[in-house]
Amino acid sequence: MYTGPLRALIDELGRLPGIGPKSAQRIAFHILKVPTEDAHRLSDAIVVVKERTTLCEQCFNVAEGGAWCAICSDDQRDGEVICVVEDPRDIVAVERTNQFHGRYHVLGGALNPLEGIGPDQLKVRELLARIDAGQIREAIVCTNPNLEGEATAMYVARLLTPLGVIVSRLASGLPVGGDLEYADELTLGRALEGRRRIEV
Amino acid sequence: MSLFRDTGVVLRTYRLGEADRIIVLLTEGHGKVRAVAKGVRRTLSKFGARLEPLTHVDVLLWQGRSDLDIVNQVEVLDTFRAVREDLARLPKGLALLEVSDQMAQERHPDHRLYAMLVGALRALSDPGSDPMLLAPAFFLKALVLEGAAPVLDACAACGEPDGVVDLVAFDLVVGGALCRAHRSGRPMSPAALELSRRILGGDLAAVLAGPPPPGADEVAELATEAMEVHLDRRIRSVRSVAGL
Ligand SMILES: [Zn+2]
Ligand SMILES: [Zn+2]
Repeated sequence: MYTGPLRALIDELGRLPGIGPKSAQRIAFHILKVPTEDAHRLSDAIVVVKERTTLCEQCFNVAEGGAWCAICSDDQRDGEVICVVEDPRDIVAVERTNQFHGRYHVLGGALNPLEGIGPDQLKVRELLARIDAGQIREAIVCTNPNLEGEATAMYVARLLTPLGVIVSRLASGLPVGGDLEYADELTLGRALEGRRRIEV
Repeated sequence: MSLFRDTGVVLRTYRLGEADRIIVLLTEGHGKVRAVAKGVRRTLSKFGARLEPLTHVDVLLWQGRSDLDIVNQVEVLDTFRAVREDLARLPKGLALLEVSDQMAQERHPDHRLYAMLVGALRALSDPGSDPMLLAPAFFLKALVLEGAAPVLDACAACGEPDGVVDLVAFDLVVGGALCRAHRSGRPMSPAALELSRRILGGDLAAVLAGPPPPGADEVAELATEAMEVHLDRRIRSVRSVAGL
């Protein structure tokens, strides 16, 4: 159908997550139409992000220019508490709360027995090495509240607790702004168990 | 488009697009069904945790022209929390789901498989039961459902009955237990042979009620291998988390 550079661009775009052949065509034609400088800005951004961004050697968050990410390099962060997440994007979500001042550890996924993903496919050994180094006394497991995330949380807790680390899990509860009558029994059951006293 | 209602167990889910998931269900009346749950990954989704794997549900589905149905409503029959929240039981439960997923055919009801899966999940969530033999027993019984019941009372190669020959090995490729002259596959102890017979001979409830009987480790390995031979693939949820 298409040949040469246009074909190549459509093929490359089609490899991106969530972009099907139709969207790839649409984006390619959009790029054909935009001013040359806009196209350069896009291609430069792609090249620069690949050149300057790496994974933090300590926590596996994204790092810009340097072995460590901004959070690991920040002396103001509490080095005794870490938040264990599945993906660097989860760090952004936790950071937005402004309520966590420790550091992170990115596992790079969750245990997924049905997909054949076990502990060896995650950054578990690296987490243990950080615990061995001695400073960490508390870990908050912030994996997704689904089957895989829960399994990962249980596994991390079982691994770290005997090492003297206090391990906690994000509370399961009702989303603020939702209606109680629509809550499913698993969520509501856990919310009941995790109820908190109202301070008056 | 037509609407239908059924009960089913969520076998697994796949992410779809930004916020949706494809839900794979083993239903009682329609066999394996794939359906889209729209918006289920959003925090305020009306589905909440109801469509997580392992959940036994009552669902209302839209069947359109494509292979994928659409989840319209869902109610929970059982969340199997005792399985979900126990690292010793969860991989066993997932192994049941994985094998059921492999065995079930789309839009082709198999009441016995469905009843076996629901029954096994219930047994697995019984806190008094030892989960060790549950998945292997399920595998052996599933082989029978599939018409691949292992021969246990005679040599699968020469047909000589137990007693006339000693059954000392097991190989599902050949068909079951094997005598000394025809041995292949893996060695099998008398205890493992006896336990396999009890599991398939209607004594499963008693086997699961107590602590693992002699030969349990061997039967667990043998049943897993036999199911893997039958499916011609590894059972990932047994292998990937073997060290947990
Ligand atoms: Zn870092
Ligand atoms: Zn023989």
